[in-house]
Amino acid sequence: MNGLLGIETLERSEIEAILARARHFQAPGRYETLRGKMVVNLFFEASTRTRTSFEIAAKRLGADSVSITASGSSVSKGESLVDTLNTLAAMKPQAIVMRHAASGAPHFLARHLPIPIINAGDGLHEHPTQALLDALTILGRKPALEGLRVAIIGDIAHSRVARSNVHLLSRFGAEVVLCGPASLLPSELLSLAPGIRLTYDMREAISGADVVMMLRVQLERQHEVAMSAGEYFQFYGLRLEHLALAKPDAIVMHPGPINRGRELSSEVADSQRSVILNQVENGIAVRMAVLERVMG
Amino acid sequence: MSGDLLIRGGRVVDPASGRDEVGDLFIRAGRFSIDAAPEGCPVFEAHGKIVAPGFIDMHVHLREPGFEHAETIETGSRAAAAGGFTTICCMPNTMPVNDNATVTSYIVERARKLAVTNVFPIGAITKGSNGEELAAIGLMKEAGIVAISDDGRPVMNARVMRRAMEFARSFDLPVIDHCEDLNLSAGGDMHEGVNSTRLGLRGIPSSSEDVMVARDILLAELTGARFHVAHISAKHSVAMVAFAKSRGLNVSCETTPHHFAITDAELLTYDSNYKMKPPLRAQGDVEAVIEGIVSGAIDVIATDHAPHPGSEKMQEFEKCPFGITGLETAVGLSLQKLVHTGHISVTRMIELFTTGPARVLRLDRGTLSRGAPGDVTIFDTETKWSYEVARSESKSRNSPFDGYEFVGGPAATVVGGIIVWQR
Repeated sequence: MNGLLGIETLERSEIEAILARARHFQAPGRYETLRGKMVVNLFFEASTRTRTSFEIAAKRLGADSVSITASGSSVSKGESLVDTLNTLAAMKPQAIVMRHAASGAPHFLARHLPIPIINAGDGLHEHPTQALLDALTILGRKPALEGLRVAIIGDIAHSRVARSNVHLLSRFGAEVVLCGPASLLPSELLSLAPGIRLTYDMREAISGADVVMMLRVQLERQHEVAMSAGEYFQFYGLRLEHLALAKPDAIVMHPGPINRGRELSSEVADSQRSVILNQVENGIAVRMAVLERVMG
Repeated sequence: MSGDLLIRGGRVVDPASGRDEVGDLFIRAGRFSIDAAPEGCPVFEAHGKIVAPGFIDMHVHLREPGFEHAETIETGSRAAAAGGFTTICCMPNTMPVNDNATVTSYIVERARKLAVTNVFPIGAITKGSNGEELAAIGLMKEAGIVAISDDGRPVMNARVMRRAMEFARSFDLPVIDHCEDLNLSAGGDMHEGVNSTRLGLRGIPSSSEDVMVARDILLAELTGARFHVAHISAKHSVAMVAFAKSRGLNVSCETTPHHFAITDAELLTYDSNYKMKPPLRAQGDVEAVIEGIVSGAIDVIATDHAPHPGSEKMQEFEKCPFGITGLETAVGLSLQKLVHTGHISVTRMIELFTTGPARVLRLDRGTLSRGAPGDVTIFDTETKWSYEVARSESKSRNSPFDGYEFVGGPAATVVGGIIVWQR
């Protein structure tokens, strides 16, 4: 596999292979399949959890990894993106894991660099390893993705997590209901993939859902705040009373970091329905599978 | 610049007079003549080619003064000649902005010395194109401007625009507006629609163009000014211009080759050579633009040639500046997408490059009639060629059409009876 830029362009068989291998990596232990290889984690946007997850994944495979964050690097000294990447490429890593605030930044670099790039989140576009770990987490509780009803709730317009999940879930035959206020839920989302519905009504979105996926409110990505935090929670925050509308065995997911009392109540976050910590755990297994496939 | 030249044996097409026949064209001392060419007169053999009035590009960024690393009056005019243009009009967003007669005179003087084509400056509407205080419109006209525009930094204040139109009317200048509501388009990097949603890029809605076209048409009616929409790209805007024309208003518009040739689907690679304002729109808009060209709602093809050095285009998509070069590919794209597809005739295409802009700007060009300046564009409709941006005459390389295969294109460019470029 020559890098991983997004789910949209990934073959179904590729996704299945990654998930199968990730299931294998869910068992604790050290694997040495990438001994002597090097991966560079290049984070132009702050992210503790994704970066740490990739670091641990590399370590468990025996690879050397170097992490670079934008502040304190040559990026803050005005070096252009291409020059930064060229410099790193000259050090001959087997892959570059990259997080960037600009949509398409990894795609742009992939055209100019000979080294495989793994997208760890680009702007509002895609976050492929998040969708893969979400799929792994769902499949830990459900027999298959096909036929599941998944509600994704929150700031869909500015969410790369939502986009990657829509592509993956739709590819496997799940029904996806996207929900949020109109300014964060453009109707063009319907064109992303088949099997998508949109609603502004959270209760409708949750009714009969097998999976409720809450998104972080990305205030830093919105040009203007459409709703106050209180009003947002009133209409789009997940509370225990909502869960009664979902299927009895429905699970609650969140890509993190969670804002208690903003997207979901503390009670929901800590409830038996919540699989948020399983997501974090599965993140390592999925990233191991991706690193191994790209670098192995 | 003036010379004698006999252009022999081509298909002479002059929409202004209705002439369309195989024959000769004689230029004496830089102007068209009906006399017989004397012995020893230089000859250009044009058999099998089309001989048309010199093409006019009324929307070009020459970047001089101030951004000579991207383009100069000299290099821009060479690129124009290589694209079949004999006359170009340069937008005022230079550094300093062309908002006073001194800058206008500087451009006119530099062009006289260094340009291989005619260069007519367009003056700013407001000082510094800041949208607040009107520029010295009358004095700039005396120095040589042919229109006013705050291209790229549209006047948002409707009252200022109203006053600008009133002044433009008194000095008999057209007002060219880059119609974009900057509040609606703020932060946008591409057309807002299915593809921007897919790519996670912020959108520039068609409505940001439409609301300004609507405003300006109403102000043109109020003031009686001649109003010209720059680079029209959205279907409702085309419809509104057609409506304004049907009501007898003095409204015209241009579109660019890229807005009728390609759609926002090209953005799927995040290649910033597809990033410009207005953005590449959806298929329905492209169809409406082509219909507007066919119906006459659209008067002019102009390139919006906007050079940027490579370093500025080699960064994150959202950081890249807007604009692409276009002088050298305009005729090829027009033949390819409009003529060869059967949408319009060669004659109509020539109108869009000649009588169209000449009428908007009231230039004594765009015609082969006796006594007019001897500017001629010679092109053919059959030769296969491919555009290589590395060999461009422009200083910049930001074209999305690198490697594009064309059928037909410019063969020679004649300015005032002198061949300034030939393939």
